[in-house]
Amino acid sequence: MSELKSNIPDGPLAQKWTKHKNDINLVNPANKRNIDVIVVGTGLAGGSAAATLAELGYNVKTFCYQDSPRRAHSIAAQGGINAAKNYQGDGDSNYRLFYDTIKGGDYRSREANVYRLAEVSSNIIDQCVAQGVPFAREYGGLLDNRSFGGVLVSRTFYAKGQTGQQLLLGAYSAMNRQINRGKIQPFNRHEMLDLVLVDGKARGIIARDLVTGAIERHSAHAVVLASGGYGNVFFLSTNAMGSNVMAAWRAHRRGAYFANPCYTQIHPTCIPVSGDHQSKLTLMSESLRNDGRIWVPAKKEDAEAIRAGKLKPTEIKEEDRDYYLERRYPAFGNLVPRDVASRAAKERCDAGFGVNKTGEAVYLDFKSAIIRYGKEEALINGNQNPTDQEVYDYGKKVVENKYGNLFQMYEKIVDEDPYKTPMMIYPAVHYTMGGLWVDYNLQTTIPGCYAAGEANFSDHGANRLGASALMQGLADGYFVLPYTIGDYLSKDIRTGKIPTDSPEFDQAEKDVRDRMTKLMSGKGTHSVDYYHKKLGKIMWNKCGMSRNAKELQEAMDEIAELRKDFWENVKVPGTIDSKNAELEKAGRVADFLELGELFAKDALTRNESCGGHFREEYQTPEGEALRDDENFSFVSAWEYNENPREAKLHKEELVFENIEVKTRSYK
Amino acid sequence: MKLTLKIWRQESAKAKGAMKTYQIDGIDGDMSFLEMLDVLNEDLINKGEVPVEFDHDCREGICGSCSLQINGEPHGPDRLVTTCQLHMRKFNDGDTITIEPFRATAFPVIQDLIVDRSAFDRIQQAGGYISVNTSGNTVDANAIPIEKQNADDSFYAATCIGCGACVAACKNASAMLFTSAKVSQFALLPQGEVEATERVQNMVRQMDLEGFGNCTNTGACEIECPKGISLENIARMNREYLSAVSKG
Repeated sequence: MSELKSNIPDGPLAQKWTKHKNDINLVNPANKRNIDVIVVGTGLAGGSAAATLAELGYNVKTFCYQDSPRRAHSIAAQGGINAAKNYQGDGDSNYRLFYDTIKGGDYRSREANVYRLAEVSSNIIDQCVAQGVPFAREYGGLLDNRSFGGVLVSRTFYAKGQTGQQLLLGAYSAMNRQINRGKIQPFNRHEMLDLVLVDGKARGIIARDLVTGAIERHSAHAVVLASGGYGNVFFLSTNAMGSNVMAAWRAHRRGAYFANPCYTQIHPTCIPVSGDHQSKLTLMSESLRNDGRIWVPAKKEDAEAIRAGKLKPTEIKEEDRDYYLERRYPAFGNLVPRDVASRAAKERCDAGFGVNKTGEAVYLDFKSAIIRYGKEEALINGNQNPTDQEVYDYGKKVVENKYGNLFQMYEKIVDEDPYKTPMMIYPAVHYTMGGLWVDYNLQTTIPGCYAAGEANFSDHGANRLGASALMQGLADGYFVLPYTIGDYLSKDIRTGKIPTDSPEFDQAEKDVRDRMTKLMSGKGTHSVDYYHKKLGKIMWNKCGMSRNAKELQEAMDEIAELRKDFWENVKVPGTIDSKNAELEKAGRVADFLELGELFAKDALTRNESCGGHFREEYQTPEGEALRDDENFSFVSAWEYNENPREAKLHKEELVFENIEVKTRSYK
Repeated sequence: MKLTLKIWRQESAKAKGAMKTYQIDGIDGDMSFLEMLDVLNEDLINKGEVPVEFDHDCREGICGSCSLQINGEPHGPDRLVTTCQLHMRKFNDGDTITIEPFRATAFPVIQDLIVDRSAFDRIQQAGGYISVNTSGNTVDANAIPIEKQNADDSFYAATCIGCGACVAACKNASAMLFTSAKVSQFALLPQGEVEATERVQNMVRQMDLEGFGNCTNTGACEIECPKGISLENIARMNREYLSAVSKG
């Protein structure tokens, strides 16, 4: 297993996927009925994979910790989904989507995977519309588009600020159809606690029924992990409270390599932290940057006055505002990619221009959009000389129609009306580009164990572009995995049912029970959250938006110490054999405490800046990320070691045959 | 602020539950209701007591996990928000707050404030979908134009988060608002027309089987719905149902 084989098919880029589909083995429909597949996670990737595999005829079991597949955190994605449809006639194409994604990822992703993603993107939109997903439409009845960061075309399809919800409910409805046919057996309120290997192949999982506490064995011919990202290692993130790395980390412990853990996306537009009690952060969609302008006061004394509550943002004159993104990046302006926008906000706040109590916020202002739309609407409505109030009213209506639910959400959380005063925003942990290493077929380094969606590392390199997560989740689940997994399963048509009474299952179950007993036997000084918050602070301060060698080393030491403390002193009330939310959290935080150290190690090893990974030692004189293509044009794939700092690094060299690798510029 | 909490505690589905009173201090107006419960739980854990179990996940009002009957209202006193987005600034220092699970025969209590809402999943499984396989060869997404108004209305119906507040608000514990939202989403789209007759009948049949009550048009569901799903959907479902039944 020491050699990483990406299994990228031969041939010209644009033909690789078609050729591959023609070359791989198929399973005949009668044989599919004898093959079982487990899918862990029911978000966009897991839900769509489960539905499609069941349609094809496999027997599917799905697992999710929520009480229904519909609640997976894909539901919270707001802004939209990209597809190279070129409905707007603005010159979009598969190649452009491919190019933008590679460039956006700072040349740290695999060409062949990304091209395939662009290639199937159009199918996703067709499929979703056929399923009854109510995308936004224009008055002519055709689909509407908007723009997202890092691109110069409008290729984002959306359903107001609830695109993820609508797409997930589409996948959920496809699942429901298969549940109704008996082809999917859903195990909700269940958590995967371990992966079971038989003869080196993934053959099942150990799961816990979160209501009864019962430990269960489930076997299958292949296991698909679509369990999302690990942003909650930071404690505060835009992830759901339950989002965790357990399924992926259990597979990692059993031999699946973990790739690029340090590639984390810090999203520029989130509602700032308000206090120590905070349990999670809320995103304000990137789509708002279509119309919102980001600024801070140009004068430090104005920023200070605002922080002291003596000045209001609306009182600051136009010439005293610093629209720093438009100033630094005139070509892309407010729509630069997320990593660039986040760092620019941090730079201004660190320089003393932040605008909330803590000095960690910038403004996102809709005033000029409201006026621009208002004037346009007034004309459309035959009002040639509208008053300021009329312009505002017209404009507000347009903005409300586009982003209404986001504005309402902001008002409920912050208690300020964003139609009247600019929103305050600050970067927050949002998405993790790293994940389980997979080959072109989405197979991990464990045969029969696949990873899809955010759980794998494959498509976004060092930075993901907006509206591309939904695209990748559904591409993997609907259009990639169901084909590639067939090639593997074609060898299993004579295997028969995998027994669950084998020594391998016995051992895995014993391991799981021992671990839980150990978690419950802590001496009991601190709650799980206490440790999780401490870990989050270390991660945010030393492995966050900018990193340096000294602090990364400190982070590794501090996390190792915290992990030791956790296992000795964590306090978990209740019992193993009943519903126990604290025990669930403890298991997840235990894994984060290992992942965190590997994360820091990965960041320390990568002596360059790229995408979301910004090392202070490696920057241009203007403060932009400085890549080192000569030495770091590779994927870091880590082999597990129980002492994460001893994990073994395997490198997959990235080969660029179709794109000229150059310095990313959005100026 | 300082608050008195009266919370429903029930060890398991079979155990007998009861209200229990807790005092809590140091609550900030910027906290969400669930963050207030986090503070309580941290306190209980430190005292060696068993924390209060409640469903929650995204904490941004979209997953539909959180529930809670707060002072007799699903998702509490604020309008158009879920419990996770209800902020403590809506309460006053010294208030007593009563917290119960959603109450309905079809939503049995699992533990404390957690109820079993799988009946909703089964209603969806009975017909809440369009029978189209994942081929990637469906017609082009723009091949069938859809009137904007219908697309928008379909979208609004589809924004239901399946939290169950409508059921908890209804004196009959009816699931008509929930079911009609899904029926409406598809009824308003050409893609949904093909199976309309069977869909509405199958979903209504399942809804009745689960033990939900009937609709008597009091409109409480619409008022308490955190997503503002309109009562019009129920009227639309009734029309769909009647026309389906008359078709046979």
